[in-house]
Amino acid sequence: MTTTTAAASQKQKAIREPNAKRQEAVAGLGFTLPALLILVVFLILPLFVAGYFSLTDWNGRTPLTNPTAYEYIGFQNYQRLLIDGRRVDDFYNAFKNTFYYAFGVIPTQTIIALVLAVIVNQRWLRGRGIFRTAFYFPSITSSIVVSMIFLFMFSNTGPVNGALRALFPNFQNVSWLTDNNGVIHNILGLIGITADTVPALTETEIFRISIWEWISGPSVAMFTIMVLAIWTTIGTMMVVYLAALQNIPSQVYEAAQVDGATAWQTFRRITLPLLKPTTFFVVTLGLIGTFQVFDQIYILQSNVTHRTTMSIAYLVYDQAFKTDPNMGRATAIAITLFVIIFIATLLQRRFVGGDRSET
Amino acid sequence: MTTLQINEAIPTAKGESRFRWQRLLVVVGYALLILIAFLEIAPFVMTVASSFKCEPAIGTYPAAFIPLPPLVQCQNTDAAGSTTRLSADQQVSGATFNPTTSGYERILGEGADLPRWALNTVIYSVVVTLLRLTFDSMAGYALARFSFPGNRVLFFIVLGTLMIPGVVLLIPRFLMLKQMGLLNSYWGYFLVLGADAFGILLMKQFFESIPKEIEEAASVDGSSRFTTFFRIVLPMATPALVALTIFSFQGQWNNFMDALIIVGTNTTLYNLPMGLTVLRGSGQDLQFDLILAGSVITTLPMAVIFFMFQRYFVEGVSYSGLKG
Repeated sequence: MTTTTAAASQKQKAIREPNAKRQEAVAGLGFTLPALLILVVFLILPLFVAGYFSLTDWNGRTPLTNPTAYEYIGFQNYQRLLIDGRRVDDFYNAFKNTFYYAFGVIPTQTIIALVLAVIVNQRWLRGRGIFRTAFYFPSITSSIVVSMIFLFMFSNTGPVNGALRALFPNFQNVSWLTDNNGVIHNILGLIGITADTVPALTETEIFRISIWEWISGPSVAMFTIMVLAIWTTIGTMMVVYLAALQNIPSQVYEAAQVDGATAWQTFRRITLPLLKPTTFFVVTLGLIGTFQVFDQIYILQSNVTHRTTMSIAYLVYDQAFKTDPNMGRATAIAITLFVIIFIATLLQRRFVGGDRSET
Repeated sequence: MTTLQINEAIPTAKGESRFRWQRLLVVVGYALLILIAFLEIAPFVMTVASSFKCEPAIGTYPAAFIPLPPLVQCQNTDAAGSTTRLSADQQVSGATFNPTTSGYERILGEGADLPRWALNTVIYSVVVTLLRLTFDSMAGYALARFSFPGNRVLFFIVLGTLMIPGVVLLIPRFLMLKQMGLLNSYWGYFLVLGADAFGILLMKQFFESIPKEIEEAASVDGSSRFTTFFRIVLPMATPALVALTIFSFQGQWNNFMDALIIVGTNTTLYNLPMGLTVLRGSGQDLQFDLILAGSVITTLPMAVIFFMFQRYFVEGVSYSGLKG
């Protein structure tokens, strides 16, 4: 562009200024309108709708045009759900299951993903692409397909029991997906602690659930679903970690080497701190994903394990669509879940620390 | 690791021991990777192999995974007209088995719903992806480039919607669609999923990274903003559009929860994940030949796309990760 034309365009611009500004505003709104409408109508408005109905006793079935469809009942749904209702244990049971699920899955998948990424990032490794593909492959398919595969692999006569029998001749088939026994209960049982030996724990209740039940751990069925989650996710998390590792400049390692740091010291004092933002991201993804666990439960739960595989997200669906629905309670649980995820994310920001300036 | 390589060259006692450590690390490293790769891939191999078996053979162990001709029928009718089912022993021998296509025939043959579900899945995935490419990039561009009243507010609205967990929206979305009469319709599906916050932010970030001069030159030439955007800006955004296409296509191909809510009570509108739940049935008596064949058909197109565009998948994930 020559000076003359530049000057000319400058002049044109100056003449068009007020007009151009309005044009730009119109264009800006026009360009954002379609997306904005969708986000507002189907993401933001629904949240408020949910908030509103959580304060009513609507069953979800009576048409809203019917004047007696619902009544405003204030915070009664929340109070019945969390404090003094007949079904208080429903929520806390789902909370317990979801809690064990999240805190079993998140650390395991994060650590495995990190270890795999560190090994795949080593210079001596051959076949890097093959390994990466193998780890990542399960995450391209539907959660429903993965659940179906687990239904097959972990069925009584399935390959997992078969392989365990082959490895350990004394192994008794485990009915992975229909076993309600708590994993921690099972472990305690091995050292002779059962419900009968600790009456104090079975008699004391917190939120309608005995302490002994609180410390059950996930049921074997839920444990299998946790294995599924870890199995599916480590590939994605590994790829995220790998990208971050490759972004660390080699000078950093060279400096550490000059200072005589051992491989472990380098990892502990340099790699890990530099990966902090990535760890924050991976753990946040894990939190959001695990607290919302739904698809896998929808497929893998059964009448037998209804109670021990019930997650909070599934409870929302269950309350809204069962034969005797309660939309007020369902939306109250949904909003409570929203708050739980929000608090969990804030808490982990404190513990893991997402702030890059800290590192 | 460089430390250790240097020590290899120095034949001191300390160097020797470190060298041995290094060798051990390599062996352990490979062993771990191979073990986990095996655990990740073996279930898929078993699924594909077992989808070509008759029901009785699916539950046998050691599980055969090498198919050998000839093809067999699961049910045979003899001259007298009585039907016998192929037993597991007749089909499987050691690690090999005679494959059957009976499971596939049953879910793809006459009167089967699966072809319809597959077609629906293609329609949902393609239309939603096209809508997102258009709407997300338009909104992303406006947020990146135009100053207009409410620009900041809009940005925070978009960012805020990222925080809303999908599960929480399950029921309110259902209620909204019901009120609007869009439940159980293609339109309901397209409208709900036609734009997403992640896509908008991805495009915004990309447009901010490309220089303004080209568009300014175009606007001097007198073309409208709309033309400039579609003719000049969008073609430059190919890398971001590819990432968005992959994310959104994969997400919709595998989408279960939204389909459950939006088209949940009309089986002719089901996508493949919803269809699989029909094949699973509600009882404890599972027909694994159908379930596994359905799973393979659902996964196959995604697997082909993955192997064709693997680089973009991995880049897309790492891109989103680094931004986190």
